Amino acid sequence: MQSFIKKVFLYLLLSVVTLFMIGPFLWLLATALKSGSENIFQYPPKLLPENPTLTNFGKVMDTFPFWRYLWNSVIVATLTVVLNVLFCSLAAYPLARMRFKGRNTIFILIITTMMIPFQLLMIPVYIISLKLGLQNTYLGMVLPHVTTAFGVFLMRQAFSTLPVELDESARMDGANSFQIWLRVLIPLVKPSIVTLTIFTFVSAWGDFLWPLIIVNDQNMFTLPLGLNMLSGTFTSDWRLIAAGAIISMIPILVIFLSLQRFFIGGAMKGAVKG
Amino acid sequence: MRTNKITPYLFLLPGCIILGAFIFYPMLQAIWMSFTDYNMITEPEFVKLDNYKNLFNDELFWKTLMNTFLYLICVVPALVIIPIFLAVLVNQKLRGIAFFRSAYYIPVVTSLVVAGIAWDWVYKENGLLNYMLDILGIISEPIPWLTSTDTALFAVMVVTVWKGLGYYMIIYLAGLQSIPSNLYEAAQIDGANWWQQVTRITIPMLMPFVLIVSIMSSIAAMKVFEEIYVMTGGGPLHSSETLVFYIYTEAFDRLNMGYASAAGVILFLLTLVFSIINLKFMGKDNTK
Repeated sequence: MQSFIKKVFLYLLLSVVTLFMIGPFLWLLATALKSGSENIFQYPPKLLPENPTLTNFGKVMDTFPFWRYLWNSVIVATLTVVLNVLFCSLAAYPLARMRFKGRNTIFILIITTMMIPFQLLMIPVYIISLKLGLQNTYLGMVLPHVTTAFGVFLMRQAFSTLPVELDESARMDGANSFQIWLRVLIPLVKPSIVTLTIFTFVSAWGDFLWPLIIVNDQNMFTLPLGLNMLSGTFTSDWRLIAAGAIISMIPILVIFLSLQRFFIGGAMKGAVKG
Repeated sequence: MRTNKITPYLFLLPGCIILGAFIFYPMLQAIWMSFTDYNMITEPEFVKLDNYKNLFNDELFWKTLMNTFLYLICVVPALVIIPIFLAVLVNQKLRGIAFFRSAYYIPVVTSLVVAGIAWDWVYKENGLLNYMLDILGIISEPIPWLTSTDTALFAVMVVTVWKGLGYYMIIYLAGLQSIPSNLYEAAQIDGANWWQQVTRITIPMLMPFVLIVSIMSSIAAMKVFEEIYVMTGGGPLHSSETLVFYIYTEAFDRLNMGYASAAGVILFLLTLVFSIINLKFMGKDNTK
């Protein structure tokens, strides 16, 4: 009996926190579903729409090029993830498993980059990107983020847990370093690659500051940029802003809900490994 | 191991080119630019320490610095402490607990623009928050959360905390799950009660994670930008303007690149402190 009461109490507590965490989104969804005849500013506020309607979603799609922004976001996030995983795992391999001059210096230099805030770099990086002709390009949005100290560190940790004998026997079979990296080691560190992929994806998908600086062509806007512009345009019609926000949330929500165990497992692993 | 002499460098090349071009070189350039007057149109002009002198005489700079410190002292403790409770809560063996873990993590994966819009709507004068405080009898008239100089900064802080809770909760959850269960079993045999187990086992074993979260959330709080930009635009009357917001507007609205770089150098020096602690900590972990 006591454990039953305890359970009820726990579920109650869990539910209250859930309301706090997703309540703002539910409130937004309710607004997006309210019809034009309903006063959305009425007091006391009404949570449930009187005549739920999807017209706001249709209307906002006319002015909010969702598919275009989604496409841009997908390209930017995918390119960032692929290049980041590639460059970090390439760099991590010799740092973990080879002896060469300057190894420690290079590793320390890479780790040092963690201490430099992007907000200090954004001005020169902007000027450099302009000179390289990267304004309003996918590469411009992607390149500054495709090697991260976190990624190199994570992959180096993963590689250094594998036994040295693997490299040696592969080398005796005639494999060169690149083949060892690609065929032997990479398949064995898949869990770390998944962790890095998810971390990089979430940060690239949600990135706002850098795209805001480097992109001014609306055709190149990612979802956050497009949505920010939308909320500036329709300050008077909150139904449309709400509908746009809900639409732009759907892709990441679908990805998150279908891969949630990797998301949460990856975050836990990232935390434990530093 | 026998390898070609240049092989390791070839593996390192792509990553190092990126870090060189987009971190090390810009870093030096930012420091150099902080000693110049540069507006992107005319050539940069060397002005020695003028930018720094002007910064220290700029009331708005001090205001944004103060706001950034306020952010640190309010947001960091909240992000260090509240997620511990959440982690304990979702560490229970209950049916459907995975659902709650995911629900708490949703704000983490949502972009700050969506989060900003959602909270904007909650904060409206006749919005949900004022209504709830009203029925609870806490306020007698609605508060204009985002448009009052007294509340705007704190209202945005709530969003920062809300968005970070799930992430740090997961870090603590990893911490909780790394505590060997035989510690608790042994304590039970020795007759320790629940409270003793919490204070003698859970909290001490969780301390390294408390440290990680303190450092990570401090660095994040120093760099707050998006939520300010989206929700208040730094207003009203600069009351919610933080250092990064100041750097952004000086650089990209007013094109004072040199001056903004000087403010960036100050931000760098401030974050350096937390980062060095962070590195020391990671270095330790590395030797394991």
